Amino acid sequence: MSEFFDSPEFQEAWEIFRTQFPLAAWETVYVTVVSTFFAIVIGLPLGVLLVTGEKGGIRPLPSPLLKLLNWIINILRSVPFLILMILVIPLTRALTGTAIGTTACIVPLTAAAFPFAARLAESSLREVSPETVEMAQSMGASPLKIITKVLIPESKPSLISNATIAITTVLGYSAMSGIIGGGGLGKIAINYGYYRYKYLVMIIAVVLLIIIVQLFQTVGTMLAKKTDKRLKRT
Amino acid sequence: MIELKNISKVFTTKDGSIEALKNVSLTIPDGDIFGVIGLSGAGKSTLVRCINMLERPSSGSVVIDGTDLGSLSEKQLRSVRSQVTMIFQGFNLLLQKNCLKNVCFPLELAGVKKSEARQRAQELLELVGLGDKAKAYPSQLSGGQQQRVAIARALATKPKILLCDEATSALDPTTTNSILELISDINRKLGITVVVITHQMNVVERICRHVAIIDDGEVAEQGEVTQVFSQPVSAAAKQLVYPDGISDITANAAQDEHILRVVFNGAEAAKTPLIAMLAQQKGIAANIAYASTKSIGNKAYGSMILSVRSKAELTEAVGYMNSIKDITAQEVTANE
Repeated sequence: MSEFFDSPEFQEAWEIFRTQFPLAAWETVYVTVVSTFFAIVIGLPLGVLLVTGEKGGIRPLPSPLLKLLNWIINILRSVPFLILMILVIPLTRALTGTAIGTTACIVPLTAAAFPFAARLAESSLREVSPETVEMAQSMGASPLKIITKVLIPESKPSLISNATIAITTVLGYSAMSGIIGGGGLGKIAINYGYYRYKYLVMIIAVVLLIIIVQLFQTVGTMLAKKTDKRLKRT
Repeated sequence: MIELKNISKVFTTKDGSIEALKNVSLTIPDGDIFGVIGLSGAGKSTLVRCINMLERPSSGSVVIDGTDLGSLSEKQLRSVRSQVTMIFQGFNLLLQKNCLKNVCFPLELAGVKKSEARQRAQELLELVGLGDKAKAYPSQLSGGQQQRVAIARALATKPKILLCDEATSALDPTTTNSILELISDINRKLGITVVVITHQMNVVERICRHVAIIDDGEVAEQGEVTQVFSQPVSAAAKQLVYPDGISDITANAAQDEHILRVVFNGAEAAKTPLIAMLAQQKGIAANIAYASTKSIGNKAYGSMILSVRSKAELTEAVGYMNSIKDITAQEVTANE
C-alpha cells in the first residue's frame, strides 16, 4: 500500500489535487448552484403557466400559445446538451462577453436546465388537488393568489425534491461543459484523464462529483421531508 | 334571499352535450336551512356551484339579495364569494398549513391585517370546539375535526350564506351527527342561511326546514321537509322516502290499511319499546312495513313505516307518536 502512495503517479495526482481541486470543486458548486437558480427562476413560472394555462385551468391561455410553449420546452429538452452548448454560443457571448470559462457556461447550463425545471415544476404543481384549488376559488381567490397562496405553498415539499433532481442533473451537465471550456471538476477530469491518461486524477474528480451529488441529495431530501406537514402525525 | 330562476347548465363533452340542470327554479329564504337532495349524478353538485358561480349557468339567473350574479365581473364575483362560502365532502384544507393559518386564509384573501386575522381565526376555532388545535396540521386531525376547521374557515369572512356540499358524506354516523349539530347551531346563533347538498335522507331530516329533491337535473319536488317526506308525490321523492325497493308499499296496501311514517330525530327511543307501548296503551297492533333506524349515542335516528287497520287507529297512532319527544309521525298518502 505504501508503495502506491510513494509512486510518482500518486505523488503527481496528489499535487494536482492539492493545487487545483479546491478551486475546481468551488467552480463546480458555483456554476451548478447559479445555473440551477436561474433555471428555476425561468422554469417555475413556465411550469405555473403550463398548469394554470391549460383548458379548465385557473387562467386558461389561448390554446395556440400553450401549444407553442409546450413545443419550445420539448424541443429544448430533446437537444443533446453538448449540441445545445454550441448552439447558444452567440447568446453566451452576448450575455457574458466570452464563450469559455466558468461564468460563461452558466448560460448553456441554464438554457438546458430551465425546460427541465419547467416540467418538474409542472408535475409538482399538478399534485395539488383540483378540490383544493376549487376551495380557494370558492373563497374568492384570484388566479394570482391561488398560485402564490395555494399551488406553490401546497406543493413546496415536492418542488424542493424536484429542485434537488434539477441541481444534480445540472451538476452532471456542468461536468460535461468541461469539454468546451467550462471550468470545474469536469474540466480536470477531461483534461487530465481523457487527454493525458492520468486516470487517477480523473477518478478523484469523479469521486468528488459523487460526494457533491450525495450532499445535494441528502440536504434536498431532508428539506423536503422537513417542510412536508402532511407527514405530521400526533 | 337566494333566487335561482330557470337555471340550466349544459356541459359539452367529446361524446355530445350533457344537460346537468334543466330549468331549475328555487327560492331559499334568509336564515333557512335548505336541503337539496338527490342521488349521485342528479345535478345537485352543479346546482350548488351555480349559487356561487363556480359554474356559470348556461341560462337562467342567480339572484342573491337582489343582485344578479350573472351581471357581475369576475372581480366583483370574488368579493361576493366572501359572503357565500362553502364546505366540502373532502374538507379541502390546506395540508401544509396549520389550523389557524387555514382559518386565516380567507381573511388574508380579504386583506385583513395579520394580527386581526389570527385573533378572529382563534375565536372561530373556539366556536367549533377546536381552540386547542390551532397549531395542529390537518394530517393530525380526524375527519370530523378537519370538517370543523373547514367550517371555521368558511365562517371567517362573516358570510351570509354557507353552502355545504356533501359535507358529512365522508364521516361516520356519530361524527355526522355532531357536525350537523354544529351547522344548525351556527344557523341559529349567527342567522346564516345554509344550503345543504346531500344524498342522505337523515341529514335533511335532521336539520333542514325546506327541501328540494333533484332528479336528473330537474326539481322533482320541493317544500317543507315534513310535507315532502310525508306525502311524496314524485317518483324520485318516493324512492328517497321508501328506499330498498319498497316504493310501492302504499300502492299494494290493502283497501282498509293506513300507512304512517315515523321519524326518529334523536329520541330517547333506544330504550323505549315503542311498538309494544302502542299496542299496550292504545291497543293498536301496528305492522312494521319498513324500518331503518340507528342508535347514535343512545338516541334513535331514522324512520319507520307502519301500517294500521283503520283511519281511527291511524289518527290515534299519529297522535301518540307525536306526543313523544323527538319523534314525529305523519300519515302517508302517496297515491293522490
